[in-house]
Amino acid sequence: MTEQTMEGVSTPPASGDPSQQSGGSSTRSLWGDALHDLIRNPLFVIPVLVVLAVVSMAIAPQIWTGADPNNCHLVQSKHGPSPGHPFGFTIYGCDMFAQVIYGARPDIIIAVVCTAGIATVGTALGTLAGFFGGWTDIIISRLTDIFFGLPFILAALIFLAIVGNHSVYAVSLILIVFGWTQLTRIMRGSVLETKNRDYVEAARALGARNGRIIFKHILPNAIAPVIVLSTIALGGFVSAEATLTFLGVGLQRPTISWGVLITDGQDWAISGYPHLLVYPCAFLIATVLAFILVGDAVRDALDPKLR
Amino acid sequence: MGRYVVRRLLQFIPVLIGTLFLIHYMTTLGIQFTGNPVRAIFGARQPPQSVINAVSAKYHLGDPCLQQPGNPCFNLFVERLGRYAHGDFGQDFNDQSVVALLSRRWPITGRLTLIAIAFESVFGILLGVLSGIRKDKLADNFTKVLTVLLIAIPVFVLGVLVQLALGVWVGVWIGGQSWLPGWLTDVFTVSFKADHPWLSLIIPGMVLGALSLASIARLTRTGLIENLSSDYVRTAQAKGLTPRRVIGVHTLRNSLIPVATYIGADFGFLIGGAIVTEGIFNIPGIGGLAYQSVLTGVVPVIIALVTILVLIFLVFNLLVDILYAVLDPRIRYD
Repeated sequence: MTEQTMEGVSTPPASGDPSQQSGGSSTRSLWGDALHDLIRNPLFVIPVLVVLAVVSMAIAPQIWTGADPNNCHLVQSKHGPSPGHPFGFTIYGCDMFAQVIYGARPDIIIAVVCTAGIATVGTALGTLAGFFGGWTDIIISRLTDIFFGLPFILAALIFLAIVGNHSVYAVSLILIVFGWTQLTRIMRGSVLETKNRDYVEAARALGARNGRIIFKHILPNAIAPVIVLSTIALGGFVSAEATLTFLGVGLQRPTISWGVLITDGQDWAISGYPHLLVYPCAFLIATVLAFILVGDAVRDALDPKLR
Repeated sequence: MGRYVVRRLLQFIPVLIGTLFLIHYMTTLGIQFTGNPVRAIFGARQPPQSVINAVSAKYHLGDPCLQQPGNPCFNLFVERLGRYAHGDFGQDFNDQSVVALLSRRWPITGRLTLIAIAFESVFGILLGVLSGIRKDKLADNFTKVLTVLLIAIPVFVLGVLVQLALGVWVGVWIGGQSWLPGWLTDVFTVSFKADHPWLSLIIPGMVLGALSLASIARLTRTGLIENLSSDYVRTAQAKGLTPRRVIGVHTLRNSLIPVATYIGADFGFLIGGAIVTEGIFNIPGIGGLAYQSVLTGVVPVIIALVTILVLIFLVFNLLVDILYAVLDPRIRYD
């Protein structure tokens, strides 16, 4: 991803106040330009609304449902939808709607913690490898190769199966340890491309130190692909949680997550209770899809070649 | 070319040893922090220490360094590599050797992978070509929506939903229709049937290949669009060649190079990815074995299986890198 304008690229997207955007496309920064396009793109706005809804479920589930997810009565086990209980009841006779709403929290925690983790590690290692080159690059690149050679499902499976600790934080940790490689490679490539730019040369000629060059010139210009991939990774971690839970090495009751609900529902859906499976799957798919669409839209908006 | 292959092979060895050591260190740390996995054999019973020691020694889990948290146990790593080199991957808690378990399950996973590869290649390339030559038309938009959906739905969610829709709903309906051929009921089934080792694997194979189908369709589409605007295609069109020949012979050949390498790498990936699919459809392949071993806590089998799957994955990646150099003469390797 290449930037065509140098000045103002470092403006964070948050400063994209619409009132400053009216000055015509020639004065807008890359990020401002991207934001201008994005807020007019329904394929960005709708997924963002979905993401906001899911995040609000994770932070304050009470605003979505008055029902207590743990108020369960076995007599209602697997009952279908009824007035006041739009999604019916789970195997344990809990209100399915409340369980699905409360199930957002562990998924969002894992997604945010893991994405923050891999973005930090990936940016740091990728910048070091790309900027300094030489032995730093060789060591980091070979280390990336080694971790990349271990498909994350297999790695998570073997480690979590042995450790037997299936808390939200154990799952997050293992996902970070085996998830940072792709971002590191992307960041390294992006830094390699950026560090030969004229403005980096100019800064060096003016006597800037490495630290200043990295933080003021390289990072703001090289970070765009990392932001795009991180957005998509948020969705990836939601599905990773569900997959690991299904394999028996992820979250377990009493934690309620979408993965736990889908795994519970899988056996019973086949025996004639499809609502146990369909509702948690719908929430999971909508969330993952929303993150991917946001990432795609941001990438398209940031790519000047597509204009 | 020859020098490139040699250099690639030399690079492969440290990565291979590094990855094997990573698996070793992870499992060692896990055992050091949570205790001896052979206790899983005894369940709630408390056997005498001498029995535990004897069993631990048999599964190579008795070394004192496994009780020192943080110790990387290099001696155990070297011993383990030695055993692997002799083809000894250990045995499960019923004294069956992992190699024997694998040789029995290998054909099933092989078949599943072949079905997945055939499905994703045929339909992925077809969709990619259709959307590439009709950019921004109906076929293209359909492909875009389909690929985004396939990428967004986790394999296991797709698997359980397909099992419910095709295996149960369609399957029950077909079972009640006497005029339909009987083999259809073997295709639309919720789990593997040993009597129909190909038919009952078709739907699981399609689930397994679904994600790669999306990637192949996108790769084909991008390659085609890029190549269609290149000079040699314009020359071919100017010479008056038919569109069929321009696309089929000139453009596709060049666009399919990345697709071919993707499919090659996918062999290694799918064999590992089959754990989820085999778990859902109750298929007794390698992935199914790994799934059962996790559920029952047979740690020695898990370690051996993951090691073998990672070896397969790495070897396929190596082959694909070399294949790429053979297929694309434009790429020069110094």
